[in-house]
Parts: sequence; C-alpha cells; structure tokens
Amino acid sequence: MMPLWLDLLIRIVAVVVGFLTLPLIVGQAEHKVMAHMQGRLGPMYAGGYHGWAQLVADGVKFVQKEDITPKDADRGVFRLAPIVALFPYLLVLLAVPLGPGNLVAQPLDVGLFFVLAVLGVGVLAVLMSAWASANKYSLLGGLRGAAQLLGYELPLVLAAASVAMAAGTLSLPGIVEAWKPWWLLWQAPAAIIFFVAGLAEIRRPPFDMPIADSELVFGYMTEYTGLRFAFFLLAEYVGIIVIAALTTVLFLGGWHGPAADHLGWLWTLLKIFALSFVIIWFRVTFPRLREDQLQRLCWLILVPLALAQLVLTAAVKIAT
Amino acid sequence: MTDDGERGTPGKGLVQGLAVTLKTMTKRSTTRQYPDVEPELPPRSRGVIALLEENCTVCMLCARECPDWCIYIDSHKEEVVVPGAARARQRNVLDKFDIDFSLCMYCGICIEVCPFDALHWTPEFEYAETDVLDLLHDKNRLGEWMRTVPPPPAHDVLGEPSKEEATAARKAAGPGAATAAKADVRRPTAPPAGRPNPAAQAEPEPPEQPQ
Repeated sequence: MMPLWLDLLIRIVAVVVGFLTLPLIVGQAEHKVMAHMQGRLGPMYAGGYHGWAQLVADGVKFVQKEDITPKDADRGVFRLAPIVALFPYLLVLLAVPLGPGNLVAQPLDVGLFFVLAVLGVGVLAVLMSAWASANKYSLLGGLRGAAQLLGYELPLVLAAASVAMAAGTLSLPGIVEAWKPWWLLWQAPAAIIFFVAGLAEIRRPPFDMPIADSELVFGYMTEYTGLRFAFFLLAEYVGIIVIAALTTVLFLGGWHGPAADHLGWLWTLLKIFALSFVIIWFRVTFPRLREDQLQRLCWLILVPLALAQLVLTAAVKIAT
Repeated sequence: MTDDGERGTPGKGLVQGLAVTLKTMTKRSTTRQYPDVEPELPPRSRGVIALLEENCTVCMLCARECPDWCIYIDSHKEEVVVPGAARARQRNVLDKFDIDFSLCMYCGICIEVCPFDALHWTPEFEYAETDVLDLLHDKNRLGEWMRTVPPPPAHDVLGEPSKEEATAARKAAGPGAATAAKADVRRPTAPPAGRPNPAAQAEPEPPEQPQ
C-alpha cells in the first residue's frame, strides 16, 4: 500500500487535471458542434488542424487583457465572485465516481447531499458578482439568476432524492452500485427533471435569462474582463461537465456497461460526453425562455412532476 | 406557454427543432474558406478594369462617358515619318491613363464604348488598400491586370446574333431586303426541332465579308 499522503495527492492531482482538461474538450466541442449545426465551420486556424487550440488561444488572450474593476464596485466581493463560481464545481468533481472499485477522489457516505449542497453555492457567486458590479444590468441579471437558481434547486433536489430513495443510499458510488437497467424507465421522469433543472442551475441556454446578452449586455458578467471573465466562462464549461456527470452517475448507471470492471471509467466518460453533447444541442436548438415561462416551467411542471416521481419511487420501493 | 394557439402534440416542436439542428450538423457546411481557397467567380465578373495600352488611341471616349469622371488621360502628339509618304503623320501617344477606383462604380460604360478594345473586365478583385488615395491606379498597374483577363465566353447559341453579324447579313442581302434579312438572322435556318449548332448559326452569314 502506498502512504496516505501519496494516495491523496494522486487523487487530487487527477481531479484537478480532469477539472482543467474536460471543460476544454467540452468547450471546443461546443465551438465546433454549434458551428456545424448552424452551417458554419467554427474555428479553423488556431493550432493548425481545424482550430483545435482555439480555447488555448482564448485563454492566452484573456490573460493578456486588462483586469478592470469598476470604480464603484465592491472590490473584494467583485474579485472573489469568479472564484466562488468556479471552486464549488471542483469540489463536486471530487465526489463523482468514475469507475468501480474506489475509482473516485473522495468516496463520501453523504456524497449526494454534499454535491447538491456545494452546487447551491453557485447562487452566491451570481449574487456576489451582480451586486458588487454596481451596474444595473448586472443587478437585473443577478436577481433573475437568484430567482431562477432558488426555484430550480427544488426540482433538482427532489429528483435526486427520488433516485437516492430508490438506491437506499446517499453515497454516489453506492447509487451507481445499486443501479439496474430498468431504473431507466422507473426513474425516467426524475432523470429528465434533474437534467432540465441542472441546465437551469448552470444557466445554460435555453435557461440563460440571467445572462440574456440581447437585453442585459451580459447579465452579472457585464463588468468582468480578462482572467476573471475567463473564470466565469470556465465555470460554465465545468458546469456542463458537472451536470452531465451527475446525471450520468444518478440516472444513467455511471460505469455500468460491457466489461465494466476494466472499462468502467470509459463508460462514465462516454456518457458524460454524450450528455454534454445534448446540452450543447439544446443550446443551439431552443430559444431562450422568458422569465415568466422559466418560472412557470419550474413551479407548475417540474416541481409537481418531481413530487409525483417521489411518490412513484416510494410506492415501487415499498411494493418490492 | 399560455398563448399557444392550436398546436399538435406537446413537445412536437421541440423535437422537430432538435431534428433540424442535427440534420444541419451532418450536412457539409457551405462556408468557403476564401483566403485559403480561391472563390469560384461567375463568368463576366466585374473585378477590375484592365488596360491594353497598345490599343488605346487616346480618343477620350471612355473618359467622357464615365459617369463619375474617374478616368484621367493625358497624351501628346508625335510625328511619325513614314518613308515614301508626302508628309509626316501624327500619332497620339498615351502619357497618363489613370482610373480612380475609389470613384469607379463598375458600370462598365468605358469598356462598352471603347472602339478599339483597349479596356477589359478582369475578375481580379484583391486590390484593397489601406489608404483611399492608393486606389488611383496608373496605366502600368492597369496594364498588369491584362494578364488576368479571361478569354471571352463562348457565344450563346440561343442568344441574339452580334451587332456585327446582323449588320453584315443585312448588307449582304442588299438594300431593300433589310427587314427580311434581319428576321432571317434572328431565327436561324435550322428547323425548330433540331437545336441550332454553330454551323447553322454561321450559315446566314455571307461567305465574303463586305469590308
């Protein structure tokens, strides 16, 4: 056995590497997929071959830009907000199991609880950046974001609770362990609710009302430049990974698949990327929901459906 | 969501939208990567005007017809001593032939009026400048573009015959038969069933040119 500190180091380094590379892959995929869905080519020059290094070039560009803090901004809060947006996702990735046999950075007994709690910190980043920017567009975007995030937190948690009840555990590896293929049918409404609410949680189109660049400039990110803005963008891409990973782990059976003992991690990654593609696909296809439509979808459709799913799960659980 | 009129199955539109984007993704993009790949220009593209200096007689027709006066011509006369002739002949020599492409509106009138085919359209279009004053191109620059002039496109067999052909045919038919000959030229002798071929097209032309 290797010493504890080395074990810990390897796990954390692996998560950080994944945290830094997976979003880049998703970001590049978004550039290319979105372009082709719109009949364009997307980036073609950076890196030589079909613009593979576009996001690296973007990063270099963002680093070179001037870091501006508005005069009236609440400096400390303004500067802290991008980190608060980004850091929770890193913590979430720590608890997401990649494959069977302890292939997870930190197997927590209360993994699901931890993950949902940490995801909720995202609201804080939105409100911090919005309020500290001293900009009316930012504030409007932030308030929209707060209303949206608080609303969609509910179906998200209820849908997750349904699968936790089905598995009888809050541990993420435990849930994947307990998963059976027929859950795809049993938990299908919960899966859809979780995925849609997750999209709203990471403020992706069609739920990008807080950003709404056509009416709010860029919502709570309006005043950000340079590296801090890049952090927000990175947080968005990590958010895609996190939501796709959580949906995979909770509802799509994580590492389950042919030869799961050896290729479990591959199945997890494949499912994550497939879901990321769906997220990008939704972004290209659907127009932005109006604020009232957004709230209506949440409170009148998703929440009742999630409650019904909870009842169904409990009934099936008691019956079997 | 409340103000939807009559609609089919709920969610049908969402699925259709997804299908459209997915279908578009699998198709080839129509983007043409211009600086890397040369564009395919249609025939008779009006890129820039080229000058064949030897053909220019300084008749000034182009400069006078130009609607926005963007052609500047200077010349002087030279004596040409022809051996055996009674006196020396005079000849116009072109000193300056500039076209200001910041004024040119690409109407092509100068090219139409030139009686000696000194001006030509070329499809060359990459002559942007950072300073508008640099768009005034002299006769050397205009002459360089002669290399890019494409050969004239083949005559459209279904089109009207050229003015020269029609005139020649009318003259050959003799005075008084002008209208008849004209009508004859417009509809070639070939029967309507068979498509006219170049030989049939040339048939109404007289064997000997009048001039």
